[in-house]
Amino acid sequence: MRIAIASGKGGTGKTTVAVNLASLMSETNSGLYYVDCDVEEPNGHLFLNPEVTAKRPLFLPKPSINEELCDGCGECKVICQYNALALIGEKVLVFPELCHSCGGCTLACTRDAITEVPHEIGSIFEGKAGELMYAGGELKIGIPSAVPLIKEVKSMVPNMDDAILDAPAGTSCPVIETVRGADYVLLVTEPTPFGLNDLKIAVETVRLLGLPFGVVINRAGMRDEKTNGYCEEEGIKILSEIPNDRKAAEVYSRGQMLYTGIPGFRKYFKELFLKLTAEIESLTEKSTVI
Amino acid sequence: MKEIVVISGKGGTGKTSIVASLAALAEHAVLADCDVDAADLHLLLTPKIEQTEDFYGGRCYHIENENCAQCGFCEEVCRFDAVIEHNGYGDNHSFSIDPIACESCGVCYYFCPDSAIVMDKSRTGELFTSRMRYGPMVHARLGIAEENSGKLVALVRKRAREVADRDNAEYIIIDGPPGVGCPVISSITGADVVLIVTEPTISGLSDLKRVAELTGHFGIKTGVCINKSDLNLDVSQQISDYCSESDIAILGRIGYNEEFTGALVRGEIVLEIASEDLAAKINSLWENLNQLTPVN
Repeated sequence: MRIAIASGKGGTGKTTVAVNLASLMSETNSGLYYVDCDVEEPNGHLFLNPEVTAKRPLFLPKPSINEELCDGCGECKVICQYNALALIGEKVLVFPELCHSCGGCTLACTRDAITEVPHEIGSIFEGKAGELMYAGGELKIGIPSAVPLIKEVKSMVPNMDDAILDAPAGTSCPVIETVRGADYVLLVTEPTPFGLNDLKIAVETVRLLGLPFGVVINRAGMRDEKTNGYCEEEGIKILSEIPNDRKAAEVYSRGQMLYTGIPGFRKYFKELFLKLTAEIESLTEKSTVI
Repeated sequence: MKEIVVISGKGGTGKTSIVASLAALAEHAVLADCDVDAADLHLLLTPKIEQTEDFYGGRCYHIENENCAQCGFCEEVCRFDAVIEHNGYGDNHSFSIDPIACESCGVCYYFCPDSAIVMDKSRTGELFTSRMRYGPMVHARLGIAEENSGKLVALVRKRAREVADRDNAEYIIIDGPPGVGCPVISSITGADVVLIVTEPTISGLSDLKRVAELTGHFGIKTGVCINKSDLNLDVSQQISDYCSESDIAILGRIGYNEEFTGALVRGEIVLEIASEDLAAKINSLWENLNQLTPVN
């Protein structure tokens, strides 16, 4: 079972929910994976302190021009949709950061003047934190697209294994790549106008992708009831409400777990775990009937 | 004219609240919201939209079955697993393109031997030129699950520069997106200065380092504001140490303050309701930001 944790707005507590839930679940589910798909700003390891057992770079093929064979016809530039190739006079310049490694230029070149060479875009990490398996990545600074690295990080989880996937902020390509193929999406929000606005965008996104989802309200009790009202109107299940508490912010700031670090907080994550399990079971039953 | 970009790496550090407050302090500024897939600044500044433009960012492709010879070449050349094969009876199978997996590279379209693939240009977002109570504002909305946010960010910045030229504005203040990927790169390249709003949490520090490395990579003068600075004094000190080692100026420190959330919940700009002490801190942040001079 793959559960993705996303939010739309950043800083609502995605990583907090993901690491606390994953760690709590690993008490009874050994072999569970925590997968940090926020390869732009990975934070899960700061809380889980996994023992890293393997690290390797990820390379993508990028074009390299053989100037002796190139006649400057510009066909490669015409096909490139990402402006990664430029023609200066009769010389082709490559901007590898902009290249998406689609291979179009290599196919377009009529003189076999383009070969693809590996280019490092980031690193992949594997490890273990107690009973919890860890997989994550780190995008190299200056590389624009996180999507290929996220794909690779997700592929570290064996097919049949359960995983919690921690998504990056927003709703664009890296988030879509993270939640693709998930069995369930948890949307973490906070009861503020920003949180609600971005929750609505996130809800539209997961609905468009046809994924089942539920909501966790973090920092609940900030006197803004609109989020609860919205969920009720839309028929969206709220699986847990974690209260607003400066203590939680302090425990988080030190990189500690909320469910073990603050007396009384374990119940919020336990409740989330139980409701989530029930949700997923009911989905599985439905699909068996069909 | 000075173009100031405010980013944070990590979300939830108070970046947008601070941008709105700086907009209230800056005279002759154009404001731009470059967080195009989760834009929030308009919720605080309630701009009146004066002009709406369509954004055609993405290209999508579809296969016209009557022309398709089912050769499968598109599936072979697509590196994004976006061509799906549907098996029918016997040899009868067909292909389609998954718009979500598709990265719009056009390789299938260009190389289909039967020209059976058609390109569709679709509206993937909207760009707004507006006016709010402190001046002009440019913002955008990216369509749900649409790609090319970097391109839309570039368009927001371009339009903001045009408005600034027209009005002889002194500043462009940009609310940037989280992360270090394409929309962030598109927000900061060529800007004069970057303000990073961080918080003293170990995640905040880790994200600050990566985003500061990014501004360093592009050679952009960078300053830092530590918001919620008394939440964790140890990490706050680590941020100060990191900044002094990296030759990054700390332009402001703002204590953990429920006024931020309170203002947000009521849809107010924190500066407008701030206590004298908090207002003085935001004022001094703005003064210090003004002293920060771009790298030539």
